[in-house]
Amino acid sequence: MSKASDNSNAGSPLAGRLLDEVVIFGNKEAIPTGAQSTAPDHMPRQAHQQRALPRPSVLAPGAHAASLQQRVEQFLFHQSELLDGKHWGAVIDLFEDDGIYWMPVTPEQTEWLDSPSIFAEDKCMMQIRMGRVTHPNAWSQAPNWGTSHLVGNVVIESVSEDELVVRSRFQMIELRRDDLRHFAGTYTHTLKLHGEQFKIALQRVDLLNAQAPFDYVLQIWV
Amino acid sequence: MQPIERLVEADRVHRTVYTDQGIFDREMENIWEKTWIYCGHESQIKQPGDFFTVQIGRQPLIAVRGTDRKIRVLYNRCPHRGVQVCGSRQGNTGSTFVCSYHAWTFHLDGRVKGIPLPRGYDGTRMTPDNPDCSMKAAARVDSYRGFVFASLTAQGPTLVEFLGEAKIAFDDMCDRSPLGEVEVVPICHRVIQHSNWKFFMENQLDALHPSVTHQSTGIAAGRVERSLKAQGVTPPLYYHYLSTFASSFDQWDAVQTVNFPRGHGILKSYMGLRPNDPDTNEYVAAMHNAYGEQKAEEYLGRSIHHVLVYPYLSVQSPLQQLRCLRPLAPNKTLSEIWHFRLKGVSNAIYRRALWYFNLVNSPSTMINADDLENWTKGQWGLESTGGDWVSFHRNFGGDAVEGGVTYSKNGTSEAVMRSQFKAWAEYMGT
Repeated sequence: MSKASDNSNAGSPLAGRLLDEVVIFGNKEAIPTGAQSTAPDHMPRQAHQQRALPRPSVLAPGAHAASLQQRVEQFLFHQSELLDGKHWGAVIDLFEDDGIYWMPVTPEQTEWLDSPSIFAEDKCMMQIRMGRVTHPNAWSQAPNWGTSHLVGNVVIESVSEDELVVRSRFQMIELRRDDLRHFAGTYTHTLKLHGEQFKIALQRVDLLNAQAPFDYVLQIWV
Repeated sequence: MQPIERLVEADRVHRTVYTDQGIFDREMENIWEKTWIYCGHESQIKQPGDFFTVQIGRQPLIAVRGTDRKIRVLYNRCPHRGVQVCGSRQGNTGSTFVCSYHAWTFHLDGRVKGIPLPRGYDGTRMTPDNPDCSMKAAARVDSYRGFVFASLTAQGPTLVEFLGEAKIAFDDMCDRSPLGEVEVVPICHRVIQHSNWKFFMENQLDALHPSVTHQSTGIAAGRVERSLKAQGVTPPLYYHYLSTFASSFDQWDAVQTVNFPRGHGILKSYMGLRPNDPDTNEYVAAMHNAYGEQKAEEYLGRSIHHVLVYPYLSVQSPLQQLRCLRPLAPNKTLSEIWHFRLKGVSNAIYRRALWYFNLVNSPSTMINADDLENWTKGQWGLESTGGDWVSFHRNFGGDAVEGGVTYSKNGTSEAVMRSQFKAWAEYMGT
């Protein structure tokens, strides 16, 4: 922390007051926030205790001959089960190292760096979001919270040697405290093929109600 | 409802100011439907016929660009049978408003243009020369540096008088453009909070809460930021937007608040938004070129995190974003969240502000998720009879007052809330 006050050209008393800036620099190591020292020593919440990963479909690569359509569907179903099971690390692992999760505000948006998004996250930002919701003092995670996804209408839009573009529809019901919220929309997955495995290069999520008022906010990827 | 002076004391307020329907109705009447309320930015309606709808207190209105290019604010109500004339949030109505019920038409300034089968009104008082046949206009409309406000009463302070020192919100935003102007980014996020609007306004300048409420995000971001540094990667500035939330109590206590008459206020900056990189240097050079070095440095050196225009705006001028509250009920408030683009700056500078908009102000915010949870629980707590008073005693009597402006010696002083309630009581008592 330092004080920077190097300009004596104060136009008004207020302007003068606004020259004296306290800058909080990034701390070299994790520091107690003050709150930590007074926070109760509570158990991790039930929601984030270890759960068994969902069993993959037997139609997954290898065991049986599955069509590309079936394999893509199983991949999408698996992702939605990982979300519903709160396996955040496993969700992040579905992405390429430079993979992006993007929820634009309007269907017309074509790029995520120069226009506002609801989500625009690379894997580092996904790690921050996972770190936040799993922290014992993520207060907004204290109420009962969970989701149930349904994915369908799976259309493979294009196939090349190492890349697929897949469009699908989703319905998601979220429980928060005692209330249900309903979200729906379109996923567009750009999938890279690594042998038999898929990795997500880009998941675009077009939410039907992206511009309607949000009753509360979205805490995790839809 | 008790008299206001029994509800607001110098160091505490009665819980019912957050919960009582009678008080809420009086707020709508005495504050929102009297004083200057933010409607939107001029760049939202560039062409004649462009309009957007806006709620002022309990009143639905339309802001529209006229054929004479003037902006007017009209009640969204057909004078015939009261039906709303505009059914969409924004659009272009051409040269005419048309009521969808009986095809009464209106000029863009609200004057009646046509009534079907006008002979049907012969001999009645509803003839086209009667002002009752036109859409009613807001009593006053004015703008400051492109930001449009309306007042539903003809009396009272002018817009500039109302804004007072808080007009720096708009000066600071626009002055950071080498052209002195901003343009709206035509996307509005809307988020509903299940709590009284005052929770939002108090929270904006509450420097004690971030390291408690937002510690989960701050700690997670700090961890990723440090691991990138350990790999020799310079983390982008926007990681710092999140990690500073986990600063210590002492660090927050050093960030000053400035509290003006009428409840307006400033939280001074703490994020260090002027890194030494080629994009910033190019931008600073453009600013020097436009304003001269001395003036440009004054503009770039202002220590502002955000400015509150009491009782409904939080303007984050250095990052060109704005949140506007539309109270819906004592326990329900809509916030409209807007982003602006500095004219004449590179994409890189725009992106820097956009990251804050995406991470902190979008509906996937990792910050307000926990604020909203606090305010919901706060509203429930205040609806209980487990206690009558809300305490604002922190650093009471310890702040410096100069010319009606309170400079908090401690960033975490509840001078902010005391100043807001002083203004509130003045509005409500008249």
